[in-house]
Amino acid sequence: MRSIITVLRIMLATLREIFDEAAYARFLSRSKLASSAKAYAAFRHEFEEAKTRRPKCC
Amino acid sequence: MNKTGKVFLWAAVAVLGAIAVAVVAVHRGEPINALWLVAAATCCYALGYRFYSRFIATKVLALDALRATPAERLENGRDFLVTNKWVVFGHHFAAIAGPGPLVGPVLAAQFGYLPGTLWVLAGAVFAGCVQDFVILLFSVRRDGKSLTEMAKEEIGRVGGIVAYAAVIAILVILLAVAALIVVNALKDSPWGTFTIAMTIPIALLMGLYLRRVRPGKVLEVSVLGFILVLLAIWGGQWASQNPTMAQIFTLRAPTLALLIIVYGFAASAVPVWLLLAPRDYLSTFVKLGTIGLLAIGIVALHPTLHMPALTRFIDGTGPVFAGKIFPFAFITIACGAISGFHSLISSGTTPKLIARETETRMVGYGAMMCESAVAVMAIIAACSMQPGVYFAINSPAGVVGQSAAAATATISNWGFAVTPADMQALARAVGEQTLFNRTGGAPAFAVGMARIFSQSLGGDRVMALWYHFAVMFEALFILTVLDAGTRVARFMIQDALGHIYKPLGRTSWYPSILATSALIVATWGYFLWQGVKDPLGGINSLWPLFGIANQLLATVALCVATTIIVKTHRAKYAAVTLVPLAWLVAATFTASWHKVFDPSPRIGFLAQANVLAAGPATTASAKLIFNNRLDAAVTALLVVMVALVLIESGRQWIGVLRGRGDIRVKESPFVMTRLAQEQR
Repeated sequence: MRSIITVLRIMLATLREIFDEAAYARFLSRSKLASSAKAYAAFRHEFEEAKTRRPKCC
Repeated sequence: MNKTGKVFLWAAVAVLGAIAVAVVAVHRGEPINALWLVAAATCCYALGYRFYSRFIATKVLALDALRATPAERLENGRDFLVTNKWVVFGHHFAAIAGPGPLVGPVLAAQFGYLPGTLWVLAGAVFAGCVQDFVILLFSVRRDGKSLTEMAKEEIGRVGGIVAYAAVIAILVILLAVAALIVVNALKDSPWGTFTIAMTIPIALLMGLYLRRVRPGKVLEVSVLGFILVLLAIWGGQWASQNPTMAQIFTLRAPTLALLIIVYGFAASAVPVWLLLAPRDYLSTFVKLGTIGLLAIGIVALHPTLHMPALTRFIDGTGPVFAGKIFPFAFITIACGAISGFHSLISSGTTPKLIARETETRMVGYGAMMCESAVAVMAIIAACSMQPGVYFAINSPAGVVGQSAAAATATISNWGFAVTPADMQALARAVGEQTLFNRTGGAPAFAVGMARIFSQSLGGDRVMALWYHFAVMFEALFILTVLDAGTRVARFMIQDALGHIYKPLGRTSWYPSILATSALIVATWGYFLWQGVKDPLGGINSLWPLFGIANQLLATVALCVATTIIVKTHRAKYAAVTLVPLAWLVAATFTASWHKVFDPSPRIGFLAQANVLAAGPATTASAKLIFNNRLDAAVTALLVVMVALVLIESGRQWIGVLRGRGDIRVKESPFVMTRLAQEQR
């Protein structure tokens, strides 16, 4: 049972990382901000350039 | 498990793998079951990972678990971040898995299932996985530097410039081919066009929801977006049956091409959060889910492969694209076997997330194996169709004839029975007016996938829904590649122009954004337009061009890898990268030679230009002549540039081996990891 929970946790962590939720959580903790439209806009502003420079494969 | 048990287990895997590969390779006559391909692939990947990647990890690269990675040394919570290896694996796989491993194998299925399968398996285990693995590790040891930076440092200035030019060329041709695939999948298809059109307002809605309603809840909004997309697929059926809506959404190829060009410009110039980011999330969500579902469907249904092991088209007269197995099968299938583009991802985000050097094996080698497995699924989807149907969908009208009767007669004469009634029934079953002349690979893959899904879930009555789900799935992430790729190319051009005039390099200066977006969209738009107007369907000239550019980038990546291996006194193991490099050089340079100089007008660009020049002179023929000459010039330029890198690399290797060359590698100095100490 414990190993199933571990697998599910890793899967969720992977999804949160792929979908940038984890990056947003790190941004909030680093900037000591609560989640809000303004905080998310600041996150996207900081994150956008790096994210959009990443190539995606064919 | 004790040592003897392990020996028996791996011996059993090797025996099963050998039997499965032998059945796939030797069996002729009766159709075989797809499970043989699945068994061959699973055993090859297991053996490759367990033994070959371990050999590379210990002997060639000497992975050091005690050496701190850039994620640890330079951790900043943004780009550099120590991350769980499975999370990095997922991230890396999501970035490398695009439409390439689905489209290439479908096109190469014209040779039969055998050439594609063997190349995908051998290519991945001995070339593609190796390239991704070694480039990832070398980037990790250089603070996450990009391939172009590594090429400049290790090979010289020429290496850096060629890598940069190859990346731009690949991006332009890739974007044109990607757009052409979407155009061919959506032309005269009101259902498909409606569904894809709806993904734009859905992405905008997701962007607004993320920004204003529930900031940062990406998984939640992706689920919501996915439900809306499913509704759009269902709504597409209504749109195709409603006369007014059907008229609006029934578009010809040139109209669709113009719309996609306008869309590409808009996606490059509007704020990322509004369209690009939500579409990227939606596409990733659909991509991961569908690939998983397809794998389950293939194992559950284990379809029979109706396509023969080898077809008559191995002689180079294939209708899908012209050219013999060697070299054309090896440039047509790139992403499933080896893709130069992956080296950009392996030297991009991923090396900045790796916690330990030892994890590069699983992430670099392992993720490419999964990509290769996706290519095997595409081969199964294409080859489980009746060959006559496959050729009727994938052959351009210029080759098989304009009418249904002419096309089916031509294909039946080749020995692949198909009738107009068969094609009409299939088109009706998938909710299309016609499936003839749907070149590009995407519609054929969608038919194969719809068949597998509908037979596993829902039966024939839902085949039309599954077909449009598959078209949506392909078009969605092709469009994601299109808008992300346009932006990446825009940034690269802005970086270069910034050296000439500083404001042009500023990514937030709107005149620069508009000018560079227009430049990049106009360039790939030109090739797209050329493909749409090509009487041979466009794929015949553009896909080989893309394959050549992509494999030439892999050549540059393997040159970098070999140079580093030689410089680090491991020349006796250089064959690990040198053999795939030699193979790629042989295949790509031969293909380039054929594409430029082959006397057959269906293969050689110059031969086709000469045939057109000998015919009646019209505006259209003048344009086609120019396009063919342009394609020949682009191919020749790429080959000359990569030849320069090869010469420069060869000089480096000989110099080092003779004890005269510069043996300094530009690795970051060794720093002991804290992570190991913390675990003690």
